[in-house]
Amino acid sequence: MPPVMNTPPARFDAREASKWFFRHGHTGWLGLRFTDQGDNWVELELPWREDLLGDASRPVLASGPIISLMDMASGMAIWQTRGSFEPVATLDLRVDYQRPARERASVKGRVECYRITRSAAFVRGIAYDETPEDPVAHVAGTFMTIGTDPRQGSPAVQGGQA
Amino acid sequence: MTASLELPAYARSLGIVPTGEDEGGMPVLTVDFGPMVEGRPAHFHGGATAGLLENAGYAALRTALIAAGRDPLLKPINITVQYLAAGKSQASFAVGRITRLGRRNANVTVEAWQNDRSRPIATAVMNILMV
Repeated sequence: MPPVMNTPPARFDAREASKWFFRHGHTGWLGLRFTDQGDNWVELELPWREDLLGDASRPVLASGPIISLMDMASGMAIWQTRGSFEPVATLDLRVDYQRPARERASVKGRVECYRITRSAAFVRGIAYDETPEDPVAHVAGTFMTIGTDPRQGSPAVQGGQA
Repeated sequence: MTASLELPAYARSLGIVPTGEDEGGMPVLTVDFGPMVEGRPAHFHGGATAGLLENAGYAALRTALIAAGRDPLLKPINITVQYLAAGKSQASFAVGRITRLGRRNANVTVEAWQNDRSRPIATAVMNILMV
């Protein structure tokens, strides 16, 4: 990258980024939608869908797609906080399920990036169906930026596009 | 493979299928690479990898419970996923191991890999409530 750029890059905007993020791939298949954002947080929605059920006996979303929702909202909260899009790799993600989502309810995931360094980012958030005060799940995650590490041997960089 | 081991709708629509069992008789689940699991170009999305791990964890627990003659309702308590290496554009596999099978809860460890079983791309620990 040249040391001086003539025009500053546009600030990352989760709303704008969602327009192309969710057109393809895993998040496109899930049908994720942008709902809201702040300086250091992003909220996305996972629509209810018959073929994402986790249990044959009850019409509630499986827990797997909720992890995908929270993982994606985490990445976008990091870019929102940093103000730029740099690929990140999830190091670990923990989900504590508080209760099943309501029947035929879509689930929203709101994640904030509460601490960011040059190479690491820490996030926490909730998934909820009706109000944020009554969450379906709590999440906590740690991410690493993979664009800033010059060592190609790093496991997070292997296979990445330099 | 036990006939009674049926994967949930979410697993089936993501393309997760049982492909065999490990030395301990636990089911090995597989998902091929494709647009449905893709995150950044040519790599697995972390959420898709987590979905594979979680389903392998439940499949392992179901298998152990069937062997013990039990058929409880399973409820997730939590899952912690560790990502060890990028999931590349090839099939991924996962198998679970029961670390502890209690009366009311189980602790399950799951490992996912691609072409080399000895080089996991992700692991998970799950606590599952049985009612």
